[in-house]
Amino acid sequence: MDTVIKAFGLVFQFDVMIAIVASAFYGLTVGALPGLSATMATALLVPVTFYLSPIAAIATIITASAMAIFSGDIPGCLLRIPGTPASAAYTDEAYAMTRKGQAETALGICLWFSALGGIAGTLSLMLIAPLLAEMALSFSTYENFWLAMLGLMCSTLVARSSPIKAIAAMLLGLLITCIGIDNPGGVPRFTFGSTNLLGGIEVIPALVGVFALAEVMRSLTERDPPKIENRKLGSILKGQWKLTKEYPKQQTRGNIVGIIIGVLPGAGADMAAWVSYAMAKRFSKTPEKFGTGHPEGLIEAGASNNASLASGWVPALLFGIPGDTITAIAIGVLYMKGLNPGPTLFTSQAESMYALYIIFILGNIIMIPFGIIMIRLASKVVGAPRSAVMPVIMIFCAVGAFATAGNNLFAVWCVAFFGVFGFVMEKNGYPVAAMVLGIVMGTMVEQNFVTSLIKSDGSVLPFFDRPVSSVLAAMTFAALLWPVFAWTRDWLKGRRRVVGGGGAPPPPQRHGPAPPPPRPPPPPPHPPPPRTKAPNGRGGGAPRRAAGAARRAAARGAAGARGGGGGRRPPTPHFLRKAMKAAIASGDFKRSPKWRASVAMVSATAWAEPRFSSILVRASDSGGRAASAFALARPASSAVPSSVTALTRPAAAAVSASKASPSISSSAAFFEPATSGSR
Amino acid sequence: MQLSDRITGSALAALGAAAFIYGSKLPPVPGQQVGPSAFPMVVGAGLVICGSLIVFGIGRHFEEVAEADVVSHATPEELVPVPTWRNWLALLPPALLAFYALASEPLGFLPTTAIMVLLCSFAFGAKPKLAVPLAIIAPFMINLIFLKLLRVPLPGGMLPFPW
Repeated sequence: MDTVIKAFGLVFQFDVMIAIVASAFYGLTVGALPGLSATMATALLVPVTFYLSPIAAIATIITASAMAIFSGDIPGCLLRIPGTPASAAYTDEAYAMTRKGQAETALGICLWFSALGGIAGTLSLMLIAPLLAEMALSFSTYENFWLAMLGLMCSTLVARSSPIKAIAAMLLGLLITCIGIDNPGGVPRFTFGSTNLLGGIEVIPALVGVFALAEVMRSLTERDPPKIENRKLGSILKGQWKLTKEYPKQQTRGNIVGIIIGVLPGAGADMAAWVSYAMAKRFSKTPEKFGTGHPEGLIEAGASNNASLASGWVPALLFGIPGDTITAIAIGVLYMKGLNPGPTLFTSQAESMYALYIIFILGNIIMIPFGIIMIRLASKVVGAPRSAVMPVIMIFCAVGAFATAGNNLFAVWCVAFFGVFGFVMEKNGYPVAAMVLGIVMGTMVEQNFVTSLIKSDGSVLPFFDRPVSSVLAAMTFAALLWPVFAWTRDWLKGRRRVVGGGGAPPPPQRHGPAPPPPRPPPPPPHPPPPRTKAPNGRGGGAPRRAAGAARRAAARGAAGARGGGGGRRPPTPHFLRKAMKAAIASGDFKRSPKWRASVAMVSATAWAEPRFSSILVRASDSGGRAASAFALARPASSAVPSSVTALTRPAAAAVSASKASPSISSSAAFFEPATSGSR
Repeated sequence: MQLSDRITGSALAALGAAAFIYGSKLPPVPGQQVGPSAFPMVVGAGLVICGSLIVFGIGRHFEEVAEADVVSHATPEELVPVPTWRNWLALLPPALLAFYALASEPLGFLPTTAIMVLLCSFAFGAKPKLAVPLAIIAPFMINLIFLKLLRVPLPGGMLPFPW
């Protein structure tokens, strides 16, 4: 109890309060600007934390990251552009709500459930961390080595890319930490005679390069986001309590998933949001409503990404293993402030730990009023021209790195190098987060690795014969081999179906990656999506050249999908039956119409689920061409209409049609649901 | 910037091989079997394996699934490719940072950053009406924050700070 009072004393001080308020506004602003991520906000804060007291430094990082993750939802709701990658999973859903005229509710859900999720994450941090700390006290270098390896492997597993590329990126990060004289022999490695490289590559300049400068570079290659319109918003929190009582299960599940993903090293808020959104959809009673502005997925994913933030601190505080890229930066700050991560932190610095919990709770509480202010100011902040924001960020990269690396201009070179490196890696599918984790953990991995080998006299046996380390080793190898397993299982399944093809139709699978779906050709540019005020009946600016038949079918499709709402499964609409008959007559479909219909209906509403959408292509392998057309024409907002256009013609013709003019079907589909839904 | 997997994979494998060879030549710690050479050799070997797997296109399938997923979530206008010169423009910010590293000491912080802000904001398509005032005000503000509040010794150069 004494420590708790002390902790309150540490937090409720003038400088800490100022730091919390200032970093809250900073985080909200950076998060709301499209193209600037929460990690970038944190990376650019580091030079500032140098000059703050330890608690104030931690407070700025916690508050700024939590605010930025929430604030990324704002441009998602209003513009359909995620402010941070963590909001990308449910941007479509939030924007669909805005189009239905429920912008306040969507923003309110993001705010309210973000705050609740953040608090749930904090509670988990308070519960899990001390429990694990006791266990961690008995760990030796073998266990620590495997734990670090497991963390690195997890980071490669969750990367949304090729696992081999992720491992390569991680190894690159480890190789970068080899530079310098900070190694078991104290000999200069990879320094090539440079005195600047003797000290090794500092983590913060590398992170600033990868996360901040690379973002500036990327935004140079992208178009300006559309302007936000000044809309009058009603009460933000109205109805949120009702939603809280209506969807307790979704919220709890979102929190739990977020917490678990947060604890996993390397997987952060964006992963949590993707997984939670997919989960919400899979377990929902009304999955067909997803993507049409339904609060369920928004609640679950919005809670999840904020819950993952706090639990990401668990491995960071206990082992110095970052739970996500934000804590990768935070670990550097912890070391700088004398709060070296480790299980003893919870005994020797107990009041600092309690202070950390209090800051988390406080940050999530003040998120609500500050968030409302930010939402009201959104049209001004989000509309800030990139040509004014980005140059300033670039200067901050230079000066910030210079300041963190002991006022050495070499750090500026580092930022430039890692900016280019990160940019090229990202463009070629190498996940930078894995490399960053490698850089952050490299020294620790090597120390534990070499110390263990010295202890065992060069034998690798003790790595495996200690009980805890054997379990950790098994988990590491499982993580390493998991992609192989997943791929093999998938391949076997594909083979079996080819062998037994023509018989009873297999049920659509729900697991595992599928053969590569064809990439849709980039459609020609067309005006931005219509806002809610778009004239009824004609999606504002919908291309006139959209084929009349496609439009009518699209409108009917959307109406059909919507008409059956209200909890029960929509009946197979007339147009779909007709389409199937035509397709079967043309000989492209040999399977039972019922199954075909169910696949079409499920897929129409399941576009948002990453795995499922690709499975679709595979699920209908004999009619594969139709499915390809389907995938090609699958637009961002609803798949029903385009599937119809694809099915009504013989499949081969549909493929060529949608290849030749992808904009026709996709834009028709894109515009019609909004207008027909409001009828 | 889009390179083929063959190029990136073989570059990684070559880097790994170089690290392995370099690591194996490091002097050992007397009296111990394991020294500073172990870790670079392990990492180098790993990079060689990964690099060659990438060259042979193993694991590409996972990437395609992820890409298709991203495409399905993107708005149509996001998918329109930008002209090639825009991709090369991306090299401007790192080039400007290199300019900062070289020029900030002789030129001084204010002129260097003013030039950087001006060029960068033009690259983002700003009109002179915005870019010029920004290039004048932003360096002063950043200077104030870092020099006065955070006490970072920024170079004065030709144009010393008025404070």
